[in-house]
Amino acid sequence: MKHRKKAVAASAAFLLALVFVISGCSSSKTNHVSNNSTKTPAETAAGNAAAETTAKLPRVAFVYIGPPGDGGWTFEHDKGRLFMEEKLGIKADTVENVPESADAERIITELAQNHDIIFTTSFGYMDYTLNVAKKFPDVKFLHTAGYKTNDNMGTFFGKNYDASYLSGIAAGKMTKKNVIGYVGAFPIPEVIYNINAFMLGVQSVNPEAKVSVVWTNTWYDPTTERQAAVSLLDKGADVLLAYQDSPATLQAAAERGAMAGGNDSDMTRFAPEAYLTNPIWNWGPYYTKTVQSVIDGTWKSEQYSGSLADGMVDIAPLGPNVPEEVRTLVNDTKTKLINGEISVFTGPIKDAAGAVKVEAGKTLTLEEILVMDWFVSGVDGTIPK
Amino acid sequence: MEIVYQMLLAAISSGTPLLFAALGGILIERSGIIQLGAEGLMLMGAVTACLTFIHTGSLTVTLLAVCGISIVLGMIHAFLSVSLRANQIVCGLAMTLFGAGLSAYLGKPVSGLPVPRAVPKLDMPWLEAVPFIGRIFAHLDYLTWFSFVLVIALHMFIHKTSWGLHLRAMGDNPATADVMGIPVHALRYGYIIAGSILIGIAGADLLLVYSPTWTEGMTTGRGWIAVALIIFARWNPVRALICAYFFGALDMLGFRIQLIGSEIPSYFLKMIPYIVTILVLMFLGWRNRNKPSGSPEALGVPYIREQRF
Repeated sequence: MKHRKKAVAASAAFLLALVFVISGCSSSKTNHVSNNSTKTPAETAAGNAAAETTAKLPRVAFVYIGPPGDGGWTFEHDKGRLFMEEKLGIKADTVENVPESADAERIITELAQNHDIIFTTSFGYMDYTLNVAKKFPDVKFLHTAGYKTNDNMGTFFGKNYDASYLSGIAAGKMTKKNVIGYVGAFPIPEVIYNINAFMLGVQSVNPEAKVSVVWTNTWYDPTTERQAAVSLLDKGADVLLAYQDSPATLQAAAERGAMAGGNDSDMTRFAPEAYLTNPIWNWGPYYTKTVQSVIDGTWKSEQYSGSLADGMVDIAPLGPNVPEEVRTLVNDTKTKLINGEISVFTGPIKDAAGAVKVEAGKTLTLEEILVMDWFVSGVDGTIPK
Repeated sequence: MEIVYQMLLAAISSGTPLLFAALGGILIERSGIIQLGAEGLMLMGAVTACLTFIHTGSLTVTLLAVCGISIVLGMIHAFLSVSLRANQIVCGLAMTLFGAGLSAYLGKPVSGLPVPRAVPKLDMPWLEAVPFIGRIFAHLDYLTWFSFVLVIALHMFIHKTSWGLHLRAMGDNPATADVMGIPVHALRYGYIIAGSILIGIAGADLLLVYSPTWTEGMTTGRGWIAVALIIFARWNPVRALICAYFFGALDMLGFRIQLIGSEIPSYFLKMIPYIVTILVLMFLGWRNRNKPSGSPEALGVPYIREQRF
């Protein structure tokens, strides 16, 4: 009798646990694909008949690494999506918080079954996107910041190192202790060349200043980003920059009276008094143009690289506590970068060990920049081999 | 000296959520119920704190809401493990999974939004005159001070009061406690709910003080570390404080080692708290191999009145 009671109780608990697990799982992912732009049965019937006469709008999907509320990277991609939706009258689907793991391949595969264009907006999706692209030749894939392509898979990114250089000028002018901290996500070329460009910007106005780098090994984790920022502040840094997706570094700096910038998006609103500036993205026009070219049937796989000139890359308005003199300097330099009067990676440039990497008068090519795996002198940090 | 001071401060700020969770766990486990749901309860505490603070802006309302949610979750846990006598390990895991899933769902609208500074600091500039120690305590926030008070209060309660004696008796031998006239089931309900409130506050502290942005799964294993802490601390609140700060310091150590310019890959540095957890458990197991672990003797055994063992 007792055993039976026990068994009933145990199975009741197990059932309850099962319900919890199921509710837990279903809450995290499924509800995103709900506002699918797939048509109602009536529309499909009508659509088939009218398919020849009216151009069918492509079904577009976006894969995000974080939530659109991150205030940085994903926030900007989502802004770009809304811009594209408004211009073209398309309702796109989004899936957020997709980890850069086999999960990504599963989600991209699912999307590929009922979409025509898929934007995968994080570096770590590269191989997963390529794998799916090979299986779905009729679907167009566009991957951010990668270097692998296929007939139906292109990449897009921008020369954000120009904007990092401009942020460096602002940071070099604003630091009083000449100790600048940089929170880096991963030791990959994209982050390394931005740190180097930033350092060159700092040195162009303040040869005394040093930049210390810590790696968080995450794109988006406000807790870890904050810990990294605090460790740099404890080391004595009075200006911080973060190549991360959230404003956690800026918030941590503001609490200690230091100045900081983040990445990807204008972060003034999170801590106006402490805001310096940072590189920002403007994806909307690119998304619109790309989807339009698919509609027109003119789309071709390419590796698109935006710049300060076309506006995909820019620098956020400098914070209210940055003096006018620094603003002018940053703006003038921006003009020179756009005109091609100066460029960031022009020699002489030495690496952290003192070896000459770029000789005087030479400039690195885009290909050389995209594989950079060394720090310029003045950067204090290690790149794991 | 400066570095020791910074490490201590970092240890306190990173260790306080762990401390709250460990104290709540101690209260629950002392009554004889295994508490493995800390991770889920902390997440629910954090997401509740985030939602209420962003919507109301009032710290009082926020803490009340966190208590309310924790009471409900504590009741579910108590109902499963005390009334239904379900397997307490399964119950705990269910609470963790439930909390993780539900908090992720509820947190969608506030995911990534920065939460304004909610918990005021208790500034006592005169304390800075006290050499070394003074600077640490001069600018702590109210929740941290509350955790100090709680450690002392719980220590006194468990070891110096007759209520504490009943609690310990119930955890070691509920049948005897029952014979003594202690209402075992009712009190276990009470302690599970009280402990759950403290674990909920641990989550609120993590969100409001330590990392003011809600992210899915933001506890990243802190609830589990709190479970391990209870074992290291041998169910003692004062030892829990020391262990929590020790782990708090480990949590912050990774970036500091990076900044010294060490060649150790940062991936390994990130593992430090978890590796140390395993090492300390191994060391304690070896050192105490001939001694009782200090765990409540009836821990994990559902109490059924008049059942013979």
